[in-house]
Amino acid sequence: MKRKKLTPQLKFEAMFKYITASSATIVLIIMLLMFIQLTYNSRLSIEKFGLNFLFSSSWNPATHEYGALASIYGTVVSTLIALIIAVPMGIIIALFLVEISHPVVSKITGNAIELLAAIPSIIYGMWGLFVFAPFFADYIQPFLINNFGDIPFIGKLFQGAPMGIGMLSAGIILSLMILPFITAVTRDVFIMVPAVVKESSYGMGSTTWEVTHKVTLRYGIKGVIGACFIGLGRALGETMAVTFVIGNSHLISASLMDPASSIASTLANEFGEASEPIYLHALMQLGLILLLMTFFIQILAQIWVGKLKKSMGTGL
Amino acid sequence: MKTNTNMKRRELTDLFIKIISSIAASIGIFFLLWIIFTVFQRGFAALSIDFFTKLPTPPGMEGGGLVNAITGTAIITFLATIIGVPVGVLTGIYLSEYGSHSRFGSLVRLVVNLTIGIPSIVVGLFVFALVVIPTGNFSAWAGALAQSIIMLPVIARTSEDMLNLVPNELREASLAIGMPKWRSIVSIIFRYSKSGIMTGVLLAVARISGETAPLLFTVMNSQFWMKSLNEPIANLTVTIYNYAMSPFDDWRQFAWGASLLITMVVLFLNIIARMILKEAK
Repeated sequence: MKRKKLTPQLKFEAMFKYITASSATIVLIIMLLMFIQLTYNSRLSIEKFGLNFLFSSSWNPATHEYGALASIYGTVVSTLIALIIAVPMGIIIALFLVEISHPVVSKITGNAIELLAAIPSIIYGMWGLFVFAPFFADYIQPFLINNFGDIPFIGKLFQGAPMGIGMLSAGIILSLMILPFITAVTRDVFIMVPAVVKESSYGMGSTTWEVTHKVTLRYGIKGVIGACFIGLGRALGETMAVTFVIGNSHLISASLMDPASSIASTLANEFGEASEPIYLHALMQLGLILLLMTFFIQILAQIWVGKLKKSMGTGL
Repeated sequence: MKTNTNMKRRELTDLFIKIISSIAASIGIFFLLWIIFTVFQRGFAALSIDFFTKLPTPPGMEGGGLVNAITGTAIITFLATIIGVPVGVLTGIYLSEYGSHSRFGSLVRLVVNLTIGIPSIVVGLFVFALVVIPTGNFSAWAGALAQSIIMLPVIARTSEDMLNLVPNELREASLAIGMPKWRSIVSIIFRYSKSGIMTGVLLAVARISGETAPLLFTVMNSQFWMKSLNEPIANLTVTIYNYAMSPFDDWRQFAWGASLLITMVVLFLNIIARMILKEAK
């Protein structure tokens, strides 16, 4: 008698598990389909250019000669510039928030920075184009060109006309975009350094700076590197913040002042014009390359975070 | 004597570093505030009653608004939410309650983390290939699908994290009084972590309402009122992109207005999400 009553319950039990499991499968299917669809829809370009696609810098829709090198170069360089600026800056701001500033200042600023991390990237792009680029062209670029342009070797990076838009501007806007993010994560890592560890160092007579770089930074370095990985992943695929200011040129130039293009900016700019199948497939292949780049970095990040968890417990 | 000068040097270094880091922090915060300030200053100039009630006009013609884009973004975000949230939350439940130690569960967890890192423009390309090419037209549905794919892993991960915070005693107690597992999940465990999951959902909604890249290749944009969900419809973020890139001053003005609107919505959702989480704690 009782058994009969329970059966529908048990049936539902199995069904519920089945529903949640099939929801979980959807993510796997999406990931799989993404690789299949992007590869399938870039087949014309893959067949025609082969591996050359990666190493050719010509991008000419008129003659249908496509190569990804200029876009890959732009993606990598703008991301590097962003990381070179945002990582030290983010660490310094995080240290300022955790170790130096008054708790009230720290709380308000910390909250503000977390909110800034949520602002859509297109806002950064707009600001970059209309406010930062003119300012950059009027004040910063002439200074860089005049003072660094003549130095042998490094000078090449700073030669050219002060146009406001270009590789360096894109890198700077990108760095501003990932700065709140890196700061917030790094701050969380620093907060988690046990007070006892810091206090024992202070107790031996260390100054704030000594505690910071010998204890806090050492203790949290792995977490900080994890934050950098995630910032790197974000910067690589960022579209809107870059498209507005990078200048969209497919020429590879040594100078950071010159316009360039990234994979994402090329896609955003040219997708609407791609009427020929081969053009479309070349753009799709660019997307596939971007997917593979971010995928690879995410896997490295996951391995890194996994190691972190093992060495520091599940706290992080 | 020697220790004295050494101490002095250390203290000077400390002071120097403190000054440098305060300056660096101020510079970084200054730039970020500058961005916000610009958006509010230029955006407020563009907002008016017409902005919320009228359709866009051709360049050069006075007046007009973005009511179609505002509704369009609301519709796309809503559709994406009703697709993405259930799947995301159920995935989170599976990861936390059923597959936490299984091999399949670990695989799903890994792929969820990897999917979070996929650039939104690649998701846009994917939906273009998956939906737009076979059906032959851009549509609101395609855009909603792209946005829901961006939401899904974020919600799955926050849900799993929140469910993992539920004390095991609660699970055991509910099973011990003879509750079936699904019932214990739905009415005990889920209820316990409801506000955390809600926070995750709000943050994900905030994130997709500001996304532009996935909509470029899926919904496109439109100057008109939408007639159905199977056609390109107007939306705020692509409108910002198109208008900002245009040479017309009044269009650029509208782009700032739309930027302000999106920024305020995103900040509002974030603040609400934080308040919910704080209250729950």
